[in-house]
Amino acid sequence: MSLKSFHGGIHPPDFKQYSKDASIEVMSPPAKVVIPLSQHIGAPAKPIVKIGDEVLVGQKIAEAGGFVSISMHASISGKITKIGKFNHPAGMMSNAIEITGDGEDKWIELVDEKDYTQLSVDEIKKRIADAGVCGMGGAGFPTHVKLSPPAEKPIDTVILNGVECEPYLTADYRVMLENSAEILAGLKIFMKTVSAKNGVIGIEANKPDAIKIFKQLVKNEANISVVNLKLKYPQGAEKQLIYAATKRKVPNKGGLPMDVKVVVQNVGTAIAVYEAVRYKKPLVERVITVSGKIVKSPKNLKARVGTFYSELLEKCDGTTAEIGKVISGGPMMGFAVSSLEIPMAKTSSGVLLFDEKEAHNDAESVCLRCGRCVDVCPLDLVPSLIVHNVRYEDWETAEKYGTMDCMKCGSCVYVCPSHIKLIQWIDIGKMKINELRRK
Amino acid sequence: MLIYSIIILGSLGLLYGLGLAFASKKFHVHVDPKIEQINEALPSANCSACAFPGCSAYAEAIVVKGVDINLCAPGGDDAIQQIAGIMGLEATSANKKVAVIHCQSGGKDNTFYRYDYQGIQSCKAAIALSDGPNLCKYGCVYQYDCVRSCKFDAMSVDDNGMIHVDKEKCTGCGACVVACPRDLIELVSDKKRVHILCTSHDKGAESRKSCGNKTACIACTLCVKKCPKDAIYMDNNLAIIDYDKCVNCGICADVCPTSAIFDPLKEVRAQRKAAAAKKKAEAAKKLEAQKE
Repeated sequence: MSLKSFHGGIHPPDFKQYSKDASIEVMSPPAKVVIPLSQHIGAPAKPIVKIGDEVLVGQKIAEAGGFVSISMHASISGKITKIGKFNHPAGMMSNAIEITGDGEDKWIELVDEKDYTQLSVDEIKKRIADAGVCGMGGAGFPTHVKLSPPAEKPIDTVILNGVECEPYLTADYRVMLENSAEILAGLKIFMKTVSAKNGVIGIEANKPDAIKIFKQLVKNEANISVVNLKLKYPQGAEKQLIYAATKRKVPNKGGLPMDVKVVVQNVGTAIAVYEAVRYKKPLVERVITVSGKIVKSPKNLKARVGTFYSELLEKCDGTTAEIGKVISGGPMMGFAVSSLEIPMAKTSSGVLLFDEKEAHNDAESVCLRCGRCVDVCPLDLVPSLIVHNVRYEDWETAEKYGTMDCMKCGSCVYVCPSHIKLIQWIDIGKMKINELRRK
Repeated sequence: MLIYSIIILGSLGLLYGLGLAFASKKFHVHVDPKIEQINEALPSANCSACAFPGCSAYAEAIVVKGVDINLCAPGGDDAIQQIAGIMGLEATSANKKVAVIHCQSGGKDNTFYRYDYQGIQSCKAAIALSDGPNLCKYGCVYQYDCVRSCKFDAMSVDDNGMIHVDKEKCTGCGACVVACPRDLIELVSDKKRVHILCTSHDKGAESRKSCGNKTACIACTLCVKKCPKDAIYMDNNLAIIDYDKCVNCGICADVCPTSAIFDPLKEVRAQRKAAAAKKKAEAAKKLEAQKE
């Protein structure tokens, strides 16, 4: 029987061997953290503390800047020392709050509500929003918003995304092995909140032990199933995962999973939600993979939000060669950053380090019209045509060919024999079209 | 048989010919011959500097809507005089404007970089990546969007990667102004000689550190104080010349400690000054010798 999958996609080498067997190590709280106010999709959070204020771990330091937004919490105890522009994991400068720690790691009071399953849906949503949980797979969509679909769009399935199709990253994998019970509890909270009948846990075929653990766990759960998915990139993209797991196709041109009665959540988010609902624990730490051929001992670290990449790397004993490139996130969709003095965010799934040779980029040459990008595009777009129109600034046609639908998975760039940086061109198109739409 | 086909085709031809002749008389649209003449006087660059979609649209706008005749930047005074002749109007000279690039960071190799940019050749794309590869967040990123946008071959790149504007070839169409995502290029009257070649709003120490050529405006405000015409003002740590008031005296360029203000005559003036001082010294020496 062939495994479930989607049309298109690529098969990059997965490089997970570096960090896949390293169990999660808890990092002691750093001396200083920088908490960006915009770690998610939506309005940036608004600071509610002043310079000089003393804060405890888990204390709210910035409140949500709107409905589609999340609040931020102190991840170490100490003093607020600066509120201003800092490096952001996505590369640019953005507003953030700096906390200098007192080294004591004093937490706010947490609860332990054993019968949390009896809580009302509104209370659950409130606790999730209070804990500042956003999607931890990468995009960072506020979780409480995802769990509040409009009444006319009922949800019947919650899919947990344990695919982790990006090469190198193993954070979700380790979490699935070590915290599987919490993940299942999180899934049940999701299902209750959106009153979904079915739960699906999607895991890629290269993680057989995780599949085994979950199959064992859901043996007695009639409405929760585990789906073994084909090893292919981008299997973990929302629309591709939905199609593979349910055969439902989310429409292009701005369609959302809820249009096909589905909500997708990352496995990391499930744990954060479980902790938020049961313990009222805010999202102040997460598991992050530090990997790469040149990293001395690649690790999966449970670190506080706002920890600098340089400290994460130090914990991994540094590098064996000179660093040529640092990528925040996965190698396919992550952002190259220009320094290690960058704080990790709630959405940071990995820090990857490459040497000069690995970072080498070939010069762009002309399009051969071979059509490989069209073959691999999981969204059935024609990337070469979009790029052609962006290059010659025909924004209207570029939009017609689906520039805005592109999720920038990078499959087309991976296969292009002319080394055309299609995603960069499409990015320019997206920026320009957004600009024109605002006018 | 041959004769039939000749007759049939001949009569068909005659019929259609008559129809076309009738239609051309009946549905004739009167076109002002002036439009055609003006169109020929214009340079046919279709650069849209006049804010019309092309030369013929501008020609039509002049005749039909009575739009100003001095909007064609590439055509210059020649075109204006010709159009004035056609329209029977008085020629009002257009103030010729040329592009000035407000950055002299010293070329591709001289600029300080935070990272090595390997992406596509596009300034917009370079800036989208972590605010651009330069240490200076305001300066030129040397991907040459402006050079590619120039239809008149007025912009050139030298061995050092610096962009130069040929004042003779530049028509002031403004295509480069639109192309530059960092808003470094401004159209200034070609009679203006003194320019501030920096757009950094950073504080003095920071902009001095980040400029590869060490010619950043450090917001010392010396130029503002020394300007005899009050033509320079400070805008958030950056000196800006109000070209309406500037009289090209170049005093600001002389006092600027970082040479952020450019005046082509600065050296000439300095030489003259030195020569004058030398003369004075010699005269004093002579005088002393005479006294003795």
